[in-house]
Amino acid sequence: MSVKKFIVGNFDDEAVLFPAVKKVRKAGYKIHDVYTPFPIHGLDKVMGLRETSLHTAGFIYGISGTATALGFITWALTTDWPIVFGGKPFFSLPAWIPITFELTVLFASVGMVLTFCYLCQLAPFVKKDHFNPRSTDDTFVLALECTAKTNETEAKAFLESAGAKEIVVVNKETEWWLGRYDKDDTKKIKKEEPIS
Amino acid sequence: MTLREQFVIPKRYNTLSIALMLLGAISIIILYITTHGGSGTVEEKNANDARFWSSLLTNSVYFLLVTNAAMFFICATTLAWGGWQMSFRRVTEAISACVPVLGVVSGVILLAICFSNNHQIYHWTDAEHVKQDPILLYKSGFLNKGFFTIWTIITILGWSGLGWKMRQLSRSIDDKHLTIEEGKKYVWNNTVWAAIFIVFFSLTVMSSIPWLWLMSINAHWYSTMYSWYTFASSFVAGISLIVLFVIFLKNNNYLELTNNEHLHDLGKFMFAFSIFWTYLWFSQFMLIWYANIPEETVYFKPRYGGAYSGLYWLMFTINFLAPLLILMTKDSKRRYSTMTFMAVLIIFGHWLNFYQMVFAGPLPNHVPSIMFDFGVALGFIGLIMFVTAKSLAKHPLLAKNHPFFKESIIHHT
Repeated sequence: MSVKKFIVGNFDDEAVLFPAVKKVRKAGYKIHDVYTPFPIHGLDKVMGLRETSLHTAGFIYGISGTATALGFITWALTTDWPIVFGGKPFFSLPAWIPITFELTVLFASVGMVLTFCYLCQLAPFVKKDHFNPRSTDDTFVLALECTAKTNETEAKAFLESAGAKEIVVVNKETEWWLGRYDKDDTKKIKKEEPIS
Repeated sequence: MTLREQFVIPKRYNTLSIALMLLGAISIIILYITTHGGSGTVEEKNANDARFWSSLLTNSVYFLLVTNAAMFFICATTLAWGGWQMSFRRVTEAISACVPVLGVVSGVILLAICFSNNHQIYHWTDAEHVKQDPILLYKSGFLNKGFFTIWTIITILGWSGLGWKMRQLSRSIDDKHLTIEEGKKYVWNNTVWAAIFIVFFSLTVMSSIPWLWLMSINAHWYSTMYSWYTFASSFVAGISLIVLFVIFLKNNNYLELTNNEHLHDLGKFMFAFSIFWTYLWFSQFMLIWYANIPEETVYFKPRYGGAYSGLYWLMFTINFLAPLLILMTKDSKRRYSTMTFMAVLIIFGHWLNFYQMVFAGPLPNHVPSIMFDFGVALGFIGLIMFVTAKSLAKHPLLAKNHPFFKESIIHHT
């Protein structure tokens, strides 16, 4: 698992963050990610992220729920154990629609929650590390990934000119969600900086 | 950026709307001649007469409810303190200005059917028959000519009056900027009037009016879901009508502040309420199918598997499967072409829905040629186009002094 170097800028204003992200991208730096305490409309577009395909996944889960319900009920009630209910034919579709609907919703929702957790690298008992814990409270954190071409001091100066309030350089392991960010390099940044 | 605040009706638009109205008038005349000429037994004559009036009933009630749904949209968003619709609010107001006109037309048609000597459509109006019919006798406290007349008139006056009040409130601040205090008062005033409209709307469209106007065609049969079903149908078609006018104005370089974000939200409404309609359709259908009691299944006999089955399943496909599959993605809700196509399709689909709701009652054995009814529908569309454009051109296109106006400009889905 590779350890990468990041330059982390901390912004205290959303209105400063937006143009800063634009400038950073224009200057050709590689943005690792931006961490904010709340969802910000339009930030994904500014960062140049592609549209999520979570909804496509949701559609596929939903369709498989529909297929499972209809397939199983049809098999059970027409082939495996046909029983006459209230004089209805064995294959009585309207009575199955509610169950089909429920299973569609169940598959789509559970599947999407799990997919979402996977994409965000969230799971029970996995400790996630933050570049700066204040991004869960009141500041906006922009992490630049250093490539071979990146000049560290230049990048720091650039972030500062873009309006970052505090800038640190961090080494982190980035690969996989079970890779336990918190064990690598955390001693180099003070975890709980008292806000004075 | 300068905003074009004054809508000027294009010449071709006016020509088109007048041509459509003429087409509708010609259809009505042809329909009248074909159904009232010739000889036959009294029953045949009555059936022909009912066929003529059913066409007028379907079209007038459908388009009245669709335009009235625009006012419901305004009041619902006002009550929710929504701001996003403000940039195209004048369009919905203009559509709702059709309500008084269509209300008069529908009122005349409804009362004419109610007081005619032909009881094929509303057979509860036949006093001799009701005396021998215990079910109709039992319902006669509600289903009688007096109550029908009074409630119809009150309803149409109420929709027109309260709608007029809402439009008046919106236009009253066109020339003055509000201070914060005045703004708060203004929003509250709007909220109160919107609430009054919604209460009246739920006493009429969401309950009693579909029972009286449409469900009483099958006077023995009843369904508690019927009014909601009718409301859902008219509301989704009403949203589609709003979409069509918004896209029309956008294509003519008006409504600069309305963009894809607003269209996306309107598309969500179309999608969601199509599903909602299907939910009501299915809930009404499945319980009756499951219990399988003759008094109840009689309603579905001509529709589900009888003469109207082709029409019935066509309208089900248009109103459920098409919106579900076509409007599901984000891109399709933001594309003008898809949205226009779907809006036209949904308006047509719900018109078919009303068609089978009305016609399968008096004429259960065969579907009359739908061409003429479609001609009448085009006439009503022409009327809506005409009145809406008149109303749009009369007032500024933007409600720019409304306190929530900015919220609409920066709207982001």
